[in-house]
Amino acid sequence: MTALLQVQDLHVYLGESHILQGITFDVPEGGVTALLGRNGVGKTTTLRALMGLVPSRGTIGFDGAPIGGAPTHKIVRRGVGYVPEDRDVFAGLTVDENLRLAERDKEPQYELVYDLFPELEQRGKQLAGTLSGGQQQMVAIARALLNENRVLLVDEPTKGLAPLLVTEVARVLERVSELTTVLLVEQNLGVVQRVARDAVVLDTGRVVHIGPAKELLADKPMVHRMLGVGAAA
Amino acid sequence: MSTFLLLTITGLGLGAMYFLIASGLSLIYGLMGILNFAHGAFLTVGAYAMWFTESKLGGVAVLPRFLLGALVGLVVGGVFAALVELFLIRPLYRRHIEQVLVTVGLALATVALVTAIWGNDARSVPAPAWLGKTTTVAGAHIPNDRWIEIVTAGVVLFALNLFLRRTRYGLIIRAGVENRAMVTALGIDVRRAFTLVFALGGVAAAVAGVLSNVYFSTVDPQRGTSLLIFAFIVVVIGGLGSLRGTAGSAVVVGLVQQYANYYASSGLGDLSVVLLLGIVLLIRPRGLSGSFA
Amino acid sequence: MTRLTGLRRWVVPAVALVALALVPQFAIDIPYVFKSTINTPGTLQLLALCLLFGGLALTYDLLFGFTGLLSFGHALYFAVGVYVTCIAITKWHWGFVAALAFTALVGVLLPLLLGAVSLRVGGIAFAMVTLAFAQAGSILVFKNPHKWTGGEEGLGTDYTKLPDALVGIFNTKNLYWVALGYAAVVFVVVQWATSSSPGHIWQAIRENELRVEVLGLRPYAYKLMAFVLASFLATGGGVVYLLLLGGATTEVTSANFTLTLLVMVVIGGTGTRYGALIGGILYTWANQRLGDASSSHAVSRLPNVLRTPLQQPLFVLGVLFILVVFFVPGGLVRIGRLRRPRTLQRLQEAMQK
Repeated sequence: MTALLQVQDLHVYLGESHILQGITFDVPEGGVTALLGRNGVGKTTTLRALMGLVPSRGTIGFDGAPIGGAPTHKIVRRGVGYVPEDRDVFAGLTVDENLRLAERDKEPQYELVYDLFPELEQRGKQLAGTLSGGQQQMVAIARALLNENRVLLVDEPTKGLAPLLVTEVARVLERVSELTTVLLVEQNLGVVQRVARDAVVLDTGRVVHIGPAKELLADKPMVHRMLGVGAAA
Repeated sequence: MSTFLLLTITGLGLGAMYFLIASGLSLIYGLMGILNFAHGAFLTVGAYAMWFTESKLGGVAVLPRFLLGALVGLVVGGVFAALVELFLIRPLYRRHIEQVLVTVGLALATVALVTAIWGNDARSVPAPAWLGKTTTVAGAHIPNDRWIEIVTAGVVLFALNLFLRRTRYGLIIRAGVENRAMVTALGIDVRRAFTLVFALGGVAAAVAGVLSNVYFSTVDPQRGTSLLIFAFIVVVIGGLGSLRGTAGSAVVVGLVQQYANYYASSGLGDLSVVLLLGIVLLIRPRGLSGSFA
Repeated sequence: MTRLTGLRRWVVPAVALVALALVPQFAIDIPYVFKSTINTPGTLQLLALCLLFGGLALTYDLLFGFTGLLSFGHALYFAVGVYVTCIAITKWHWGFVAALAFTALVGVLLPLLLGAVSLRVGGIAFAMVTLAFAQAGSILVFKNPHKWTGGEEGLGTDYTKLPDALVGIFNTKNLYWVALGYAAVVFVVVQWATSSSPGHIWQAIRENELRVEVLGLRPYAYKLMAFVLASFLATGGGVVYLLLLGGATTEVTSANFTLTLLVMVVIGGTGTRYGALIGGILYTWANQRLGDASSSHAVSRLPNVLRTPLQQPLFVLGVLFILVVFFVPGGLVRIGRLRRPRTLQRLQEAMQK
């Protein structure tokens, strides 16, 4: 069986910097694939390239068809959901408006969203810019979950959140991974440990390791070498 | 007191025209990052379309002739603007500097073309007699066209607000002003909204063109260009991409201009507006208002 | 761009300068390009205007192409050269040299003051402040304070105060040499300045202002330097314009005047050695010759649809400009290269900050 998302020899240049230097990996259907690596190795850029938000070279296959070079909105309409780094909610729009804007399907799944984040239903009329970081993250994830997606690209959803909220996000990710495939960029290895099945590790624009997430995280020296951290919580 | 009232109403009338031009400029800049130098051309084209229509309807009574002319002016202004976006702006997607350059070329070429066809002289635009008369309010004789200008701008502001708040495209535009990339990442083809804001901006500019035909009772090729500079100032003071800020600063600019011209010295009004811009930019480089709609 | 070293980089300009200096000595007829032989006053006047605007466009490119500053107020400093000199001579009855000295003083102090203020903001805001200051200058000229500027009518120069060699139709060749001298001086100064150490910093600012700051340098001071230099050179151009045309007209103060400079620079090619110069020369030549052509026999026989637009050179040039932006993104000196020049990319990034 071919993988859902196939990335082959992907290059990205931003200005003079060669950010991605030919990365190749697959994201199999179902479950969570974690994209790991130190800060600045190109994880976010990889997701942005997959979304068509930065120009890239190489081939990106999605569901058997090439999507490299396609405009972002067309990629999304093929069933690619995106939860960006730093949430990127529309601060001047209310929570309801943020969600309404994200509606793509005929029947957006508000039940699922409000079941996962009951708070968003109560705060519908509030401007998204006045929400806390955790609440904004909920809006960002909810926007992606409103529609049926084949894959979700989620960029550091726990960044800057309090420990309690991190657990909450991990719980949501677990739920989501039962519904759809997820490609997750995450620094918090505890969260990775809990949700990820496979792991892809980047270092300075190259893929340096691919394998089951549990195996990688169990190998403390390797984690330290590749991610530059102790296997934290 | 009556002089003050007259100046105030006239200032508001002028501010109304500035707002109509500036609102489109502001929306286009906010959403697309393009400083549209061709916006004055939209106004000129709309104003001339109105004059041309009226001149071809010689035998018709003044009011229907005037209204029909105005309607044609708005349609032509909007269609012209939409075509500009589709054929000149869109192919240069993501090349903002080139897009601005194209609008510069278009502004120069349009004025030159209008001059070539209809000459440099001002043409008189017929309007219903009532507009040329005055109404006495608290001792001040207010020219009637001022009311039309103020009311029209008010209606346009209200309608634009309603559009931005209540419709899906309005939502897309407001979101796009904040973060264009994220809108596309929600699966929305934001370029359709680009054409729409150009068309809307073109119509609003053409409304200003029609009103300026009434205000000056003539039309000439330089009209759009001369009003555009003040509209730029209004947009910058109001905060690029903010509709409410634009409306507020249009009123301030119109009033300051009138008061300074009368109470200080004639011609000083324009200078004080420039001064106002200088002060605002130096105190708050991002303009008075940062948020949108 | 290959870096030319030492004397070699001056060979082409020097040869061009000598050739151009000899133009008034030869009665060569170039049909279609010029109406009469090149040493006649009419053609020399046109050539002089071309050279003047070539130099002026280069001063604008110093800001736009080399430093990445999009100003909409360059006309102001040109107008200072035209109006201050003219007023000093005609209204205050000063001698020529005194008038020039005063103009030079204004030509340094005004951009120093206004530049210090407007460079506090960047990107679009900078473009708008410069536009506003220039507009203030234009309003002042129209307002005609103390009847100095002549308002809408413009102002003629008092010929008796000018050096005899620069007055009268028989001295057109002298004026031509003055204009050539102006273009040459601007070219040399811009070459020298952009290859000096502040010049490298200007280009670094254009490329990435933040990095310049990180290096511990103050971009503000360097930008101000470029602004004052470009403005001062433009003021010099204004003086030459006054001599050539014999008077001051309000159009040199207009926002459209700055826009045409922008058009010249982009047509020629931004941030290059010869681009702006060539753009200014071609634009001015085309503007004049299209004007001549519109009244010519060939055009008058064209059907109305074609004849009407051709009567307005600005229409043709505006359309031509749009075509250049679309199809020759780097300007004429980069013709054949399809890639968009980095200059424009950098400017765009700078604008969006």
